[in-house]
Amino acid sequence: MHPAIRRLAYSLTRQIDGALLGIVLALVALGLLVLVSASNLNAARVTGQAANILIALGLLWLFANIPPHYLMRLALPLYVLGVLLLLAVALAGDAVHGARRWLDLGITRIQPSEFMKIAVPLALAWYFDRHEKTLRLANYAVAVVMLVIPVALIARQPDLGTAVLITAAGFFVLFLAGLPGRVIAGLAIAAAAALPLVWSALRDYQRQRILTLFDPSQDPLGAGYHTIQSMIAVGSGGWFGKGWLNGSQTHLDFIPERTTDFVFAVFAEEFGLLGCLLLLGLYLAAISRGMLITANAPTMFARLLCGAITLTFFTYAFVNMGMVSGILPVVGVPLPFISYGGTALASICLGFGILMSVNNHRKLVQT
Amino acid sequence: MSSELSINPGIELRNAQLELHHFQVRLAIAAGFVLLAFLLLAGRFFYLQVVRHGELYTLAEANRISIVPVTPNRGVIVDRNGVVLAHNYSAYTLEVKPDRIANLESLINELATVVEITPRDRRRFRRLLEESKSIGSLPIRTRLSDEEIARFAAVHYRFPGVEINARLFRQYPQGEVFSHVVGHIGRINQREVEQLQEEGLTANYRGTDYIGKTGLEQSYERTLHGTTGVEEVEVDSGGRPVRTLSRTPPVSGNNIALNLDARLQEVAYNAFGDRRGALVAIDPATGGVLAFVSKPGFDPNLFVDGIDSVNWNELNNSPDKPLVNRALSGTYPPGSTFKPYMALAGLAYGKRTPQQTIHDPGYFMFGGHQFRDSHPGGHGIVDMYKSIVKSSDTYYYMLANDLGIDAIARFMAQFGFGSRTGIDIAGEAAGVLPSQEWKMRRFNQKWFAGETISIGIGQGYNAYTPLQLAQAVAMLANGGVAYQPRIVNAVEDYRTRKRASVEPRRLRALGLKDDHLAVVRQALIGVNKEGTGARSFAGAAYVSAGKTGTAQVIGIKQGEKYEESQVQEELRDHSLFIAYAPAEAPRIALAVIVENAGFGARTAAPLARKVLDYYLLGKRPRPEQRSRVNDASSN
Repeated sequence: MHPAIRRLAYSLTRQIDGALLGIVLALVALGLLVLVSASNLNAARVTGQAANILIALGLLWLFANIPPHYLMRLALPLYVLGVLLLLAVALAGDAVHGARRWLDLGITRIQPSEFMKIAVPLALAWYFDRHEKTLRLANYAVAVVMLVIPVALIARQPDLGTAVLITAAGFFVLFLAGLPGRVIAGLAIAAAAALPLVWSALRDYQRQRILTLFDPSQDPLGAGYHTIQSMIAVGSGGWFGKGWLNGSQTHLDFIPERTTDFVFAVFAEEFGLLGCLLLLGLYLAAISRGMLITANAPTMFARLLCGAITLTFFTYAFVNMGMVSGILPVVGVPLPFISYGGTALASICLGFGILMSVNNHRKLVQT
Repeated sequence: MSSELSINPGIELRNAQLELHHFQVRLAIAAGFVLLAFLLLAGRFFYLQVVRHGELYTLAEANRISIVPVTPNRGVIVDRNGVVLAHNYSAYTLEVKPDRIANLESLINELATVVEITPRDRRRFRRLLEESKSIGSLPIRTRLSDEEIARFAAVHYRFPGVEINARLFRQYPQGEVFSHVVGHIGRINQREVEQLQEEGLTANYRGTDYIGKTGLEQSYERTLHGTTGVEEVEVDSGGRPVRTLSRTPPVSGNNIALNLDARLQEVAYNAFGDRRGALVAIDPATGGVLAFVSKPGFDPNLFVDGIDSVNWNELNNSPDKPLVNRALSGTYPPGSTFKPYMALAGLAYGKRTPQQTIHDPGYFMFGGHQFRDSHPGGHGIVDMYKSIVKSSDTYYYMLANDLGIDAIARFMAQFGFGSRTGIDIAGEAAGVLPSQEWKMRRFNQKWFAGETISIGIGQGYNAYTPLQLAQAVAMLANGGVAYQPRIVNAVEDYRTRKRASVEPRRLRALGLKDDHLAVVRQALIGVNKEGTGARSFAGAAYVSAGKTGTAQVIGIKQGEKYEESQVQEELRDHSLFIAYAPAEAPRIALAVIVENAGFGARTAAPLARKVLDYYLLGKRPRPEQRSRVNDASSN
């Protein structure tokens, strides 16, 4: 190979973590394979998703090349901008399908809540890093407020799935930043005590979703239908699955939202327990790699950010598979790298890019 | 802090290492949690896919049984005499499943070679596509002819994801005449999906594509919709239905019968000609609404299968604002139709006796400002009877000044001015009954005594809906009892045909003195006999009571003269009339406003005469006026 080309190739790829990229590529390939079946061989969907994947990988590369201290400088402005955008959405947003999530900028429309999935952990990590030497309980209180403001705005839109994910991401930062064990225990007890209150504050349909979790047969036309059908799909897969393109649940239209939130049911039906364990293994590998990077990260900021990115990724996977297999209530959280759709994919790849960047800059900072 | 640390770098290092250690402990806990969670998932998969595999596999195989919702028939809407205002008919539609199709545009072009697809169909389809998020199938063509069905059936195999379905369609045979009161249905949008979810009605709307959007279709949605049935259907391996296993039949929605009289409504609607305006007629004994007209209307049938963008823009951007329900949400100054109530207030508060006279020189001076009478030179000596019959402004400038704004507001509130009537369709405006408190709240300003003067002749901040004007005149007609206006008369069970009447809802008795009321009612009869309404009611075969009104749209400056011919059409005065008849035992009370049509006596009063003539005598207006509107509604 010509040395110039080699130099170029090196400079383009030196920031990329081979192991993590390998896992990501394996997952998106698996995702495309499932989508071919789930979409009933719909070429438009598959090529559309392929385009989404290319864009997301581009973002991954881009963020892998941004040194962490640049991100740190951007943390607070990005957070403030995000909150302002959320406020703007609440006041003047476009109601698409009833929920106010989009902001029309004239040229393009943006969905600030998605952006906050990165901006919130970024800001919290920055905040703890700043107060690293003098951390007191009050700092945790401030961090909680910084978390609650965007979460409340997003929950009001209403976008429960995103609110849950951002809460999780924020909580991970707090936890990793050393939120005292007794505070966590206290919060847990308070939450348990507040459960009856929460129950009474829930809307009827939200209660229905939780009741359905315990007895899906209660409401076969309504809320239980998704859960019953996806559990049947998963269970009928058995050890080895029915084979690609052969899932009867999938192809007879029994699985709702089968390319997006319930795509795991398609996967489990066609690839069986072995396929599911393989998928769990891939996720676990990605999470392990992320945690390794987190453990070796040079600064508090980098540690907290990487930890939050890794654990949020875990939350995506766990909540989605838990919901499809009937152990968690139905919330709109996609299965990372497998569900059809570009937004979540982009924000996950962006996070993985940050992981790679941190991994590359640890030596530079330490020496 | 930093200086302290630099003195003893050992502590900093230890702290940092300790912290790192703490962090790693935390990370390890998190890792343990991740492992645990994944073990839980793996266990769950094992449980479903191995332990329960046999059972669930059988279920999946048996999942050749598909649960299909059976949509109930929507209830029919009829007028008081059984004339159909909204009903259903069955027709075949060509439907496309957008999420199964790669290139919609080329598919539609291909379909257009088989069945006719107009540009309007395409626009409508595009709009539907934008509004709905790939839920099921969307109609590209409705009302297919038998020939088109046969043609498509022959080439069906070329179009996977396209199918023909028999559907029930809503139709409004009376077209624009009832567009604002009956309203229309339309495809359920995402906001309505969420609302149904919140109300726990999602299951009952499975299989339903349409929901009431406006008017009675919206306010009686629950009644009209019915209960969705469930059918268990066995399907073959390709998913096509083979046979029905069990069936819980749907329960059709109930029908509703209105107090409205379709022919009266039509007469009233057509009487407006090309004018804009509104008319509300009420049965004073019950509050039942006999006619509820907002002109211009629009063809509600356009909205049923989704309106296309061209028609929508035309309706939405028209300067005549046909989509606005003027009778319900338009607010207008009542003009001189306010005077009878003012007279009653004068009597009730002891500020005037019927015999007391004033001198009307043609103006009233207050605070150096001249309030002019619309009759140049004035009416001379005026008592209460004459003040109403000849519509003296000066009399009411003085009376308003003597009463004060808060007494006026208190008295008028009983008649329902400035508050929603609670009629059984949504979107009602409250209007404005001005008072000191209102002005403080609205503008954060004190009330000026000079502002009270023009309130007396129904100008100034006064702004009421035609519905409120009709409700108020119905109270004059029935001796001072407030009923809630009701459009629906009865709900009819679809099966037993048994009617459950909506009982008239008596809100309150006003406690007006009989002799006070008699004075005003006598004067209202005088208006139509020898006053401002006399020309319009000449030769009527019944005795009627009425009051003309003219509401200013623009302010006239001091010393300036209003010349109708020199003012733009949309700035000309509104023409108003309130009436009830027969005067001795009223069967109908009405309020009519004709926008920018000048003096009440000239446009609104003759229009009211036509409506009363038809309702009381069955007299139809001259035919040439009807045919014009019929042409417009038939396309």
